[in-house]
Amino acid sequence: MWDYVKLIVLGTIAVLAAIGANFAHDLPYMVNAIVVMLAASITFVWEIRHVGEVRLHPANEYMDGVVRAGVIATTFWGVVGFLVGVVIAFQLAFPQLNLGNITDGVLNFGRLRPLHTSAVIFAFGGNALIMSSFYIVQRTCGTRLWGGNLGWFVFWGWQLMIVLAATSYVTGGTQGKEYAETVWYIDIWITVVWVAFLLVFMGTLWKRREPHIYVANWFLLSMIITVAMLHLVNNMAVPVSILSSQSVPVFSGVQDAMTQWWYGHNAVGFFLTAGFLGMMYYFVPKQAERPVYSYKLSIIHFWALIFLYIWAGPHHLHYTALPEWAGTLGMVFSIILWMPSWGGMINGLMTLSGAWDKLRTDPIIRMMVISIGFYGMSTFEGPMMSIKAVNSLSHYTDWTIGHVHSGALGWNGMITFGALYFLTPRLWNREGLYSLKLVSWHFWLATIGIILYASSMWVTGIMEGLMWREVDANGFLVNAFADTVAAKFPMYVVRGTGGLMYLTGGLIMAYNLWMTVRAQPARAPVNANNFVPAE
Amino acid sequence: MCAKQVKQAQREVETTGHSWDGIEEFNNPLPRWWVWVLYLTIIWGIGYTIAYPAWPLITGHTQGVIGSNQRADVEADIKRFDDANAGIKAKLVAADLASIPANDELKTFAVSAGASVFKNNCAQCHGSGAAGVQGKGYPNLLDNDWLWGGDMEAIHTTVTHGIRNTTDEDARLSQMPAFGVDGILEKPQIAQVVQYVRQISGQDHDAAQATEGAAVFAENCVACHGEDGKGNREFGAPNLTDAIWLYGGDVATLTETVTKARYGVMPAWTGKLSEDEIRAVATYVHSLGGGE
Repeated sequence: MWDYVKLIVLGTIAVLAAIGANFAHDLPYMVNAIVVMLAASITFVWEIRHVGEVRLHPANEYMDGVVRAGVIATTFWGVVGFLVGVVIAFQLAFPQLNLGNITDGVLNFGRLRPLHTSAVIFAFGGNALIMSSFYIVQRTCGTRLWGGNLGWFVFWGWQLMIVLAATSYVTGGTQGKEYAETVWYIDIWITVVWVAFLLVFMGTLWKRREPHIYVANWFLLSMIITVAMLHLVNNMAVPVSILSSQSVPVFSGVQDAMTQWWYGHNAVGFFLTAGFLGMMYYFVPKQAERPVYSYKLSIIHFWALIFLYIWAGPHHLHYTALPEWAGTLGMVFSIILWMPSWGGMINGLMTLSGAWDKLRTDPIIRMMVISIGFYGMSTFEGPMMSIKAVNSLSHYTDWTIGHVHSGALGWNGMITFGALYFLTPRLWNREGLYSLKLVSWHFWLATIGIILYASSMWVTGIMEGLMWREVDANGFLVNAFADTVAAKFPMYVVRGTGGLMYLTGGLIMAYNLWMTVRAQPARAPVNANNFVPAE
Repeated sequence: MCAKQVKQAQREVETTGHSWDGIEEFNNPLPRWWVWVLYLTIIWGIGYTIAYPAWPLITGHTQGVIGSNQRADVEADIKRFDDANAGIKAKLVAADLASIPANDELKTFAVSAGASVFKNNCAQCHGSGAAGVQGKGYPNLLDNDWLWGGDMEAIHTTVTHGIRNTTDEDARLSQMPAFGVDGILEKPQIAQVVQYVRQISGQDHDAAQATEGAAVFAENCVACHGEDGKGNREFGAPNLTDAIWLYGGDVATLTETVTKARYGVMPAWTGKLSEDEIRAVATYVHSLGGGE
């Protein structure tokens, strides 16, 4: 019965999407409608072939299939996101690479840039968060994932969102909000998938067999709840038509800007910080085989972090139409946020005390340690850049881009690589990784790549900030904007090279993980890691 | 804390007694330096919000005890320069245009002000070094080859009203006929006149065709470009005998120019720039090397 309901629903969606594509008012809507039609049709055919099959959910086994799929998706989207990043980095150095004459603007920097940011944040980072929270919450609650196939719905729903977003960006669909470019109907779909994610996570916590909730899960849950709130408020908009990708935002002017950066900063704070701290709190003690350094510190810094982060957004709008008092509060909360952020760094690094020798022998631990190091560096740099006087120099310059990337490549990327290296042998029941030497190569390529990236952006950022503000004795600007662009060229090449090294590291990782699954001998006839321990 | 101390400290502390998937937690106290720095930032934060505008109230917000006001600061900063420059700006506007380059005081000021105006408004087309974009129809302003005139008066008029725009009725206006598209000349005639233009500009050419082309030129082009092909500033008609080309002097480009004509547009800057800014940028352009 349930199978037939699903078939009817999927068939209806496919037909409606076809109608939508036919009557679409604009290109991105049409392309997205075709994607939905294809996705619904493929799922329809898949369902028909599996009608009447009973999918088992044995309570004594962890639900690892969806985590395995997440590992593959994270690796795939990571490489895609890095590749697009390298392309747009070189587009800035060599504008001919926009290929404007050939592609009619489809590959312009302006369209590829949101493709890059969404691919790395939401596709790579999002998949990393979803798959590791599914893994962590099962292991630390000692119970199978709640909700049966709902976990699979979250996984495939998220992949559909990524494809919809990507195809709409390159065809010109955007609502013009940074890191929230997805148009209104994709936003609705994100909400549906995210609520399912919340239900799976909460349901699993609810039926846990441990008396207490492990600290990693606090961070992951705070991430899921807060991102839901941010997403809903920042994307409030009235569609122009049910057949159009265009919409009118509910807020306007400086209110809209403030809402956008309240969202934008907390996307960093909760998606890229709290969520990844959740990963750190599980994978670092597991890989180091050491207890977490301080329970007290984890409690205090958790509550301080989530209380303070939410107020820091106005520091993105210093010296704008935003009133000065709001900027002051954003700056002050950002500075106070410094130590709560560092609490996570201390807890991560000190967990290794007594196991520092592993840095020499275990490149995965090395990856995690450098990740925590970059976390500490960017959570110091961030509060510093929120200071008004510093911000007056750094704002709108490449310094900001460098800051974001030392956080994203260093912290988010490296901790995710560590998690992928940790998970793959366990999920596929393999005797360790295919090659630790390749992990070392990945480590060094990525680390040197990040250093090239961040330092070149410091140089150009401070240089262009100084050039922009330079005035002569009569108060007249000395430099044309084009002068600053020309001056940045060598650093743009260095930045692109750093990105290329990071991408190469990602490809090496993909190969290493692939070979681990393909070529490594199985650890035991059955995957002991897959079984829920008995009481 | 050095590693030894850490080990010692950890031997003394207990874990919390829970274990999740094999992960335990030590009950280490908060690092003292961490707590103190946190307290310090909080105290600093309170102090800062007392000093500066910070807390929202029901109507308005706290003003801060030191009376900071970013907007007022910016306005004061701008006013400081405006006041300092007000006298010389007035002189610049009142002065006879032609006399400005000879007046050291006015010229020094106008060139630095004009450079800034140029970089923010003109560099997009003419390049930040004012060398134009060769082959794209954006003239080089560094040489002494002028389309509409290179004395102060002429440059000032061009900047003020622009060229062939639709917004200013005093804009400089002229239109080259599209000889090919409008069917005025046949293709062979165009080929001939192109060879003639190559001849008078001292380039490789087909002598026989150029001879034919001379007649075509005399019939169709001399009204604007002059009998000698040296152009006419009345109509902004370029000199065709030098090596300087707006769109290019090769056969293909010349053929395209004669066939379809060109219609380069420059916006009128009056209304966007003040009179003193227009005079400043005119002086700047005049000073670049080709001023007459």
